Amino acid sequence: MSTDRRIFLKKTIAITGGGLLFSQAADAEWLSSLFTKGSVSKSLKRSFKNNKISDSNKIDLKIPTIAENGTVVPLTVTSHLENTEQIYIFVEKNPVPLIAIFNLSPRVEALVSARIKMAETSEVIIVVKAQSLLYKMQQTVKVTIGGCGG
Amino acid sequence: MKSIKIRTKLMEGNTQIRMLISHPMEHGRREHEVTGEIIPMKYIQELTVKHNDEIIVNTQLGAGISKDPYFSFMLKGGDVGDNIQVTWKDNLGNMDSLVQKIK
Repeated sequence: MSTDRRIFLKKTIAITGGGLLFSQAADAEWLSSLFTKGSVSKSLKRSFKNNKISDSNKIDLKIPTIAENGTVVPLTVTSHLENTEQIYIFVEKNPVPLIAIFNLSPRVEALVSARIKMAETSEVIIVVKAQSLLYKMQQTVKVTIGGCGG
Repeated sequence: MKSIKIRTKLMEGNTQIRMLISHPMEHGRREHEVTGEIIPMKYIQELTVKHNDEIIVNTQLGAGISKDPYFSFMLKGGDVGDNIQVTWKDNLGNMDSLVQKIK
């Protein structure tokens, strides 16, 4: 195999995601295009194309069911799916639905905590990529003071 | 002054890594209270956590993360004296990094 071909294959694997950890960091422009305004269905499609996302009961989301202040909503996501590679957080009703993508190496537990903004009462959708397959769970959070000001 | 604070805690063979970053996380739709002008976008886009020079977590963030972001992760293993490094970069090219030993 020639060196050129090897480099090409490497790039192809990086572009198609191929299950390689951190490969997506290679394409910063594509990444910033994921964090754009639009409906959550468009946002999910931008992130995952037409790949199937199955509902899973192996993802735990700890988040208040009523958030008094939408500017700071604390959450903890735990995935019990084997070989969890990525955790995505979406808020359905936010102008920019995608909040964060966590790429996790096998050196860490599939557990992340963060604090997010919520513009209004909305579904919070968690998508987990494990062994190159996509899984999701969602929960409604009622917001009494919106996070648009924050 | 550093924008990053790191707290580590050994827990049953694992290490909890918590971080607090001082950053406005402006999403570009907010008006200034006095002038009424739109406050331009300024938010952290990428955050990386390393354990002894090995990347353990790499995140891409939007402005939907709250002001002064807080994150917590759980490293498998880890020992007193190991280095934990946190680095962030925002949409305007600002960045900061801090290395701290596990205590």
